[in-house]
Amino acid sequence: MPKLTINGMEIEVEPGTSILQAAEQLGVEVPRFCYHDRLSVPANCRMCLVEVEGGPPKPVASCAMACGDDMVVHTDSEMAQKARKGVMEFQLINHPLDCPICDQGGECDLQDQAVAFGFDRSRYHESKNAVKNKNIGPLIKTVMTRCIQCTRCVRFGDEIAGMTELGLLHRGENVEIDTFVEKSISSELSGNMIDICPVGALTSSPYAFKARAWELTKTETIDVHDAVGSNIRVDSRGGEVMRVLPRLHEDVNEEWINDKTRFAYDGLKRNRLDRPWVRGEDGKLKEASWDDAFAAIAKKYKKKKKDKIAALAGDLVDVESVVALKDFLGTDNLECRIDGAQFDVSERGGYIFNSGIAGIEDADAILLVDTNPRHEGTLVNTRIRKKWLRDRVKIGVIGQAADLTYPYEHLGTSPQDLEKLIKAKGGFADVLKKAKNPMLIIGTGAFQRNDGAAVQYLAREAADKFSMVTKDWNGFNVLHNAASRVGALDVGFYSKDGFDLSKMSFVYLLGADDFNPEQISKKAFVVYQGHHGDVGAHRADVILPGAAYTEKDALYVNTEGRVQQARRAVYPPGEAREDWKILRALSEHAGKALPYDSQLQLRDRIAKEWAHLGKIDTLPSSGWKKFGKKDKLLGDDFKLPVEHFYLTNCIARSSHTMAECTKSFSKADTAISHAEAAE
Amino acid sequence: MFDKLARSFLLPEIVKGMALTFKYMFKPRVTINYPYEKGPISPRFRGEHALRRYPNGEERCIACKLCEAICPALAITIEAEPREDGSRRTSRYDIDMTKCIYCGLCAEACPVDAIVEGPNFEFATETHEELLYNKDKLLENGDRWEAQIAANLAVEAPYR
Repeated sequence: MPKLTINGMEIEVEPGTSILQAAEQLGVEVPRFCYHDRLSVPANCRMCLVEVEGGPPKPVASCAMACGDDMVVHTDSEMAQKARKGVMEFQLINHPLDCPICDQGGECDLQDQAVAFGFDRSRYHESKNAVKNKNIGPLIKTVMTRCIQCTRCVRFGDEIAGMTELGLLHRGENVEIDTFVEKSISSELSGNMIDICPVGALTSSPYAFKARAWELTKTETIDVHDAVGSNIRVDSRGGEVMRVLPRLHEDVNEEWINDKTRFAYDGLKRNRLDRPWVRGEDGKLKEASWDDAFAAIAKKYKKKKKDKIAALAGDLVDVESVVALKDFLGTDNLECRIDGAQFDVSERGGYIFNSGIAGIEDADAILLVDTNPRHEGTLVNTRIRKKWLRDRVKIGVIGQAADLTYPYEHLGTSPQDLEKLIKAKGGFADVLKKAKNPMLIIGTGAFQRNDGAAVQYLAREAADKFSMVTKDWNGFNVLHNAASRVGALDVGFYSKDGFDLSKMSFVYLLGADDFNPEQISKKAFVVYQGHHGDVGAHRADVILPGAAYTEKDALYVNTEGRVQQARRAVYPPGEAREDWKILRALSEHAGKALPYDSQLQLRDRIAKEWAHLGKIDTLPSSGWKKFGKKDKLLGDDFKLPVEHFYLTNCIARSSHTMAECTKSFSKADTAISHAEAAE
Repeated sequence: MFDKLARSFLLPEIVKGMALTFKYMFKPRVTINYPYEKGPISPRFRGEHALRRYPNGEERCIACKLCEAICPALAITIEAEPREDGSRRTSRYDIDMTKCIYCGLCAEACPVDAIVEGPNFEFATETHEELLYNKDKLLENGDRWEAQIAANLAVEAPYR
């Protein structure tokens, strides 16, 4: 353990810690451009120069110099200050200083550090270099003249995203960042390059020139575009969401988010339901007041028998509204698995991501069953890649082969192949057997078949066989792709024995869009409560406008079973209201008012029945009991549940940016090169 | 006693006063016939706002929003988006002239000398709404006053 002195303060650090990291532990700020906590260290910006006493008589790049015993470091000595000023001057030689028209202005590392550490005027009067802008897709706008060649984006692509698409070309003053052939960056994580770019070379294309950092209201909330529950910050101005940025959560999304989370926000402004609608005698939807809409529902609802009433909960709904709907309807015909997944939900451990996303870093063998985590939970995939990059963890895949950004062994495509693996000797079965912390990740696609429960049973059998569940390790993981799913299952919004939707005469759709509405009988009375005029609203007889995830305080449970709280960034449009409030108001019209008048009372009611939903951001461990159903397996291959990554829900489908992405990144891009390489 | 009597009868104050009045008859006038005559104003005068253009007709404002940020009265509202040719321009530039305190910080913050407070002070209106200026009005002001604004800025250049 080296012990050193930085600015007169002593500190003992782990061997291998760099001076910059040690200084950070002491709270000493060392300026930097190229160094990033989660990327490799190239030491090419030279901004972090410090003076080390007794070393060579020149400043040292602190990000690349490991701490040594008895080092005496000065980060603010005359030598360090002079070196920094010099470096800053060099950085600005070819920088255009177009801060007034640069979107990074106001939140720019170069701008801040030039003010803090640079000269206040330039001594350089020669002409500056200009670099051609690159076309790298619909999401990232490039102004390459602003680039200071820190190579953070190149390293991000190489290391985190697993897409070697950007590189540093040429030498000396001709050096520039470029794609080798002109092409879009096809990674689902490309938006993060905008965040890590310390200058305005890479900026958000949909957000271009729209707002300044200082005029935005920042709201810390939760994402719902997949079941990972990424922590995000929604920046809004005057009732409009201007952009979405990631927020640090080491156990969930670290500091990354995927492009759907980041760029689908423009879908929140299109196709919105902003007032109630009621279908008139002529079969056409007409605008109505809340009272009329409630009256129309109450009239039908009171006449129906409980066993003719059914409700479906969609992919984006929060826990509160699901509970309120369940309390209101009082029927058993409830279903939140509208994707048609059939699996046993009697045990919580049978449908959540037991090890936690951070748990992937402890795994030493991973079996993916019918899942493409790149599309179903991008940040889960990022974790697997991180683990692979660090320890070359062995990964096996059963299901369709796809480019997962890391090499894996393709073990088959059907449930029978999983059966074979359980019985097999040698090969990947051996890898799993020998592993200390083996892990199985099964996608929901595996359950979207008639033998779903049997596949679940088989997966459980595999987990037992390869001893994936021990006293302090549970490697049985289900990767959901809908933000609402685990929460709705937790509160029992499912039917134990199933029901026939076509026989129901009153159907309540709570944000349910991703299903085939033709399953509902033509004669049935359908209520749709949600925020977008999508599939569900088209079938509805009464439409109640609800709030999207940026417009309400709400609880969501991610695929790990982690309860997280979304917060309101803007108000819902027009007459739309928070979903639980709509249900509370409706219940009064229907003659049996729900017993809670505030969200706190509703949350109390939830926490009373399901104690774990009262604890925010914790991971209670689930037991390991029997689940699934032993049954005959069908012979068909597994199918992946996500066909178009950028169009998985009604918000994304309404977004122009996502439509652009779908156009740009066609299926041709997802080559299976990695799978071939592994074979 | 006699002195007091003489003063009250001869009224020397009146004579003195009239002498002063008489004297000013031969001096230049200090008042001006306002709407037809105007007093001189400083090149630093902070009057009605204007948005300027470059000589080739291109509007100067680049929507950096520094004026909006610095405005102590929150009188400026700007919305921006990429113009068709991809350049950064305002889609909306409003000044509420009734909020404005004519401090001139907007002009000082402007990196391209687009928003300026011109020499015009005669823009009183009969209704409040007329004093809510939009981009068209401000650009029109700029076109109308450009010659004088440019001259004033040139005079002031050495001190900025």
